[in-house]
Amino acid sequence: MDDYAAIKVQGPPVELERVPLVANQRGIGWLSDRIAGVVEGETPAWWKVCFAISVTMMTVCFAMILYLMSTGVGVWGLGHPVMWGWAIVNFVWWIGIGHAGTLISAILFLLRQRWRTSINRAAEAMTIFAVMCAGIFPLIHIGRIWFGWWLFPIPNSNSIWPQFRSPLMWDVFAVSTYFTVSVLFWYMGLIPDLAVMRDRAKTKIRKFGYGLFALGWRGSNRHWSHYEKAYLILAGLSTPLVLSVHSIVSLDFSVSQLPGWHTTIFPPYFVAGAVYSGFGMVLTLLVPLRRMLHLEEIIRVRHVELMCKVTLATGSIVGYAYAMEFFIAWYSGNPYERFQFFQTRAADPFIIGPLLHIRPAPYWWAFWTMVTCNVVVPQFFWFKKVRTCMLFVFVLSILVNVGMWFERFVIVDISLHREFIPSNWNYYSPTWVDICQYLGTFGLFFTFFLLFIRFIPLIAIAEVKGVTPQADPHHPLGGAKIGGEH
Amino acid sequence: MPAPFAIMAEFETPAAILHAAQKVRGNGYSQWDVFSPFPIHGMDSAMGLKNSKVGWFSFIGGCTGYTTGMLMIWFMNAYDYRIVIGGKPMFSPFSAFPPSYELTILFGSFGALLGMLFLNRLPRLHHPLLKNRRFALATHDRFFVVIESSDPKYSENETRRLLASLGSRHIELVEE
Repeated sequence: MDDYAAIKVQGPPVELERVPLVANQRGIGWLSDRIAGVVEGETPAWWKVCFAISVTMMTVCFAMILYLMSTGVGVWGLGHPVMWGWAIVNFVWWIGIGHAGTLISAILFLLRQRWRTSINRAAEAMTIFAVMCAGIFPLIHIGRIWFGWWLFPIPNSNSIWPQFRSPLMWDVFAVSTYFTVSVLFWYMGLIPDLAVMRDRAKTKIRKFGYGLFALGWRGSNRHWSHYEKAYLILAGLSTPLVLSVHSIVSLDFSVSQLPGWHTTIFPPYFVAGAVYSGFGMVLTLLVPLRRMLHLEEIIRVRHVELMCKVTLATGSIVGYAYAMEFFIAWYSGNPYERFQFFQTRAADPFIIGPLLHIRPAPYWWAFWTMVTCNVVVPQFFWFKKVRTCMLFVFVLSILVNVGMWFERFVIVDISLHREFIPSNWNYYSPTWVDICQYLGTFGLFFTFFLLFIRFIPLIAIAEVKGVTPQADPHHPLGGAKIGGEH
Repeated sequence: MPAPFAIMAEFETPAAILHAAQKVRGNGYSQWDVFSPFPIHGMDSAMGLKNSKVGWFSFIGGCTGYTTGMLMIWFMNAYDYRIVIGGKPMFSPFSAFPPSYELTILFGSFGALLGMLFLNRLPRLHHPLLKNRRFALATHDRFFVVIESSDPKYSENETRRLLASLGSRHIELVEE
């Protein structure tokens, strides 16, 4: 092995050196063992506890749906003029969370961000489960759930078709396409890893189960060639998809004429907020998981830091959008717009209200919770000390989603509760059914997520192998002599 | 003993398999393939593979999706059962665009996935290589060159000698 002496590859200068994506120069076989080991090992006690809690909460979710169906939407706190209550808040919130998964799997892929490989599988799973939770709400909020099929392009009993001039119909197509394409993309990424699980399987049942869904994948390079092209195309299609989904969701609001809804800034503002909340959720899930499943060498502090930076960037865009909404409300000179933003949102009883001689807004606390969590909280991520302290990141990531939930509450409910005619005004508060319904969807989400980490490799094994230095035939660790062939 | 399906040579590094692929191709084999746990950069050109045709499936899917969306909305709202709503036109390419756009992506994605599976002749749950115990390492950390016995240049001794000269330490015949 004299040749090895000659291949002193010149590394970059120290200050430009990057932290490797997989720590300790682990070999590619180790990656299979470590990641598949999570699925193959004993079921941890914490998993069983979490699963029991999640299933209980999921039962609550279905019980609340049953109660709603059997009794009517009156069990919720809805009342004129707030007819969209928590259901649409939760719908927009959950679907926004999904956006990080597609951003990581598609946009970061197109931008060649190789660090995405450690987190994309789990983030995509999160997307799918979040969209499932989201999908429940528009379905049950319609009141007569048995007419839910009117949303689909099927003629009703009077032969009338759904009408596509309404953004609500666009939404049906956007969300169902989003779910389907997310599942396709996720499943395609899974095929090589299911083959890994099949080839490692010790029992007949596992071999059959994983083998069936691996579709006979053998890792042939002729197959990889088509596979990589299809993956690139799916990433290319998912990118405009993810940008369009929350844009279309925002059109549900902005196409109407309600002050607080009727604004052209909504599509980009919603997309930025969605990515922000989604990264918050990815951090909430992966920061504890990397530790509990001992995956710190694959999901490294660097990955967490990079996610924090995306959160900071998108959080700042959201903050800018808030400022712009206020500016436009003032600059438009429209009294209803001004009233909506200054009198019904920002006027608190302590500082701004007294300063502007405005009576406190009924929901001032919701508005200021939103501003604190979405504008102030992400600014902590400027500091490396914060980004590298896992406990801090975990707490902030939860606050991110608290803030984003309140953002949807502010947009949906605050805008609705004081519209044009004061005699129409009302104060909205949720009932226990609203609250249990919302908490129940967490049970649904976590039940699926826990099943996912138990039965499916939660890190894309083949993709992480591909970004290690050993995988590069021209890298000395890839076994190349004198820097490879070309 | 029945004729074997193929001869299989194991390699341990991406560089070694890349080199082997170039040589196997240079020796004029056609019914052969490389198996690796992840796609190896540069392997397509080493094997002389052409650009994948998956894009066409996706493109046709996308065109079908867009046309379906536009025609469906026109048929439903402007032809089959016309209802005036808010004084808006019965059909407008603008209001019909968002659902058609989503259908473009939906059908295009199905085109990409199903096109990939079709071109790869998957699913195929039964294959001689999948019965081979050693081959299970192809999804773990080993790299294989497999030359099928149906190749016109295939000869058990010659091919084995070539693969051994490329540095493979483990060569075996794969049963049909």
